[in-house]
Amino acid sequence: MSDLPQDLKYSKSHEWLRAEADGSFTIGITHHAQQQLGDLVFVELPEVGGNVEAEAESGVVESVKAASDLYSPIAGEIVAVNEELADSPELVNESPYDKGWIFRLKPADASDADALMDAAAYAAFVEEE
Amino acid sequence: MKTSLYSRHLALGGRMVGFAGWRMPIQYASQLAEHHAVRQDAGMFDVSHMLALDVEGAGATDFLRKLLANDVARLSDHGKALYSCMCNPGGGVVDDLIVYRLADDRYRMVLNAGCAEKDLEWLETHGVGFSINLTSRRDLSMIAVQGPNARAKALEVLPADFRHASEALKPFHAAEFGDWLIARTGYTGEDGFEVTLPNDAAESLWQALLDVAVAPCGLGARDTLRLEAGMNLYGQDMDEETSPLAAGLAWTIAWQPEDRQFIGRPALEEQRQLGDNPRFVGVLLEGRGVLRNHLPLFVGDQPIGEITSGGFSPTLNRAIGLARVGDPAAQACEVEIRGKRLAVRLAPPPFVRNGKPRIDL
Repeated sequence: MSDLPQDLKYSKSHEWLRAEADGSFTIGITHHAQQQLGDLVFVELPEVGGNVEAEAESGVVESVKAASDLYSPIAGEIVAVNEELADSPELVNESPYDKGWIFRLKPADASDADALMDAAAYAAFVEEE
Repeated sequence: MKTSLYSRHLALGGRMVGFAGWRMPIQYASQLAEHHAVRQDAGMFDVSHMLALDVEGAGATDFLRKLLANDVARLSDHGKALYSCMCNPGGGVVDDLIVYRLADDRYRMVLNAGCAEKDLEWLETHGVGFSINLTSRRDLSMIAVQGPNARAKALEVLPADFRHASEALKPFHAAEFGDWLIARTGYTGEDGFEVTLPNDAAESLWQALLDVAVAPCGLGARDTLRLEAGMNLYGQDMDEETSPLAAGLAWTIAWQPEDRQFIGRPALEEQRQLGDNPRFVGVLLEGRGVLRNHLPLFVGDQPIGEITSGGFSPTLNRAIGLARVGDPAAQACEVEIRGKRLAVRLAPPPFVRNGKPRIDL
């Protein structure tokens, strides 16, 4: 887990969450998650403008092998999705924390993010799993 | 259980999964890259989990003519291979297999790993009264080398005294060299060899193939390759409850000569005469997404069948599958994925053969 960015928060369902300067949060799946899934070939993105509850299904990532639900770590309104994933789902494999981001949301309550794991806690969680 | 190449898989970073009691690599670094290596160059698979079974004796031909829906009497020359279903009395499929005629009274069968135990029991039960010996060849390993450059690369590293005869092999033929069997067969829709060899020789052939840049490939790529090639997978596309006539395998049943009484024949004859067998077709998802096993298919509100093998075609960059449908004429239908209906085209497989798409997108 040496490649785990220190500035992100992490969920038990293997999403990461980054606080942006404008108060929104960017969400994607972790390196560990993409590695477990294998080569991604399809990402079903949530709809911009829609509201998601915390830990609710907000999309699907599918690899050649399997489909896996994507959960929003916190509640909020979807303000952007990574349209590039429609043509290039492999960005999630190649660059899970950067070019492979999945969606951005305006949080219902920004302090919800505090309850998520930091990098050290997530590393320990993955070790245990 | 572990094959003789187990430590090689670990050394290559293979992600190991359980498969029919065996620890096998599902992929190494990338399933997609492995798939493309086989379509464009050469890849290799450890298929030692499959069971090589020798059938020998004066009764071997009669025995196999009773057990198999295809007819080994069609194997006129030594070394020739035949694909067949082994049926139960109801016409369901106990297993599908390749059988090679190695001598007049000696055959080699290659059986699915997941069926090996029940097959042995089945063969032993039905072998009573025949003058035969059945020998499980767990002393042998199998490496499939597949792709447009597979034969050329394999010929570079096979033992020198095998090369000439191996190079001369026609498709679906094999040559035997002691315990080695070099067969021009496969499960990918590409040219290549399936090499059976003693367990203690497997690691060095695997390494030699690596040295000539044959890509190691896992079971994941093997599945997407066979799906593109429109080849059935036992347990998904057919099983003990499914007739070959409902799985696109009518061509593998030898109805002639009419007096050959193979197991399942009366049931299959009846099904053929009734003529209401479901269609077994290829399916192509028109838009984005991935097809999965058991997804239901509809024409309007009418359910017409389901996907038996669904997946993603790396060559076409589209979702494909095999399906059993009751509708005799539909060319298009809808698949339901997570509550949504998406357009699907029905088309005869294969989707890809010898590196080339066989369907217009």
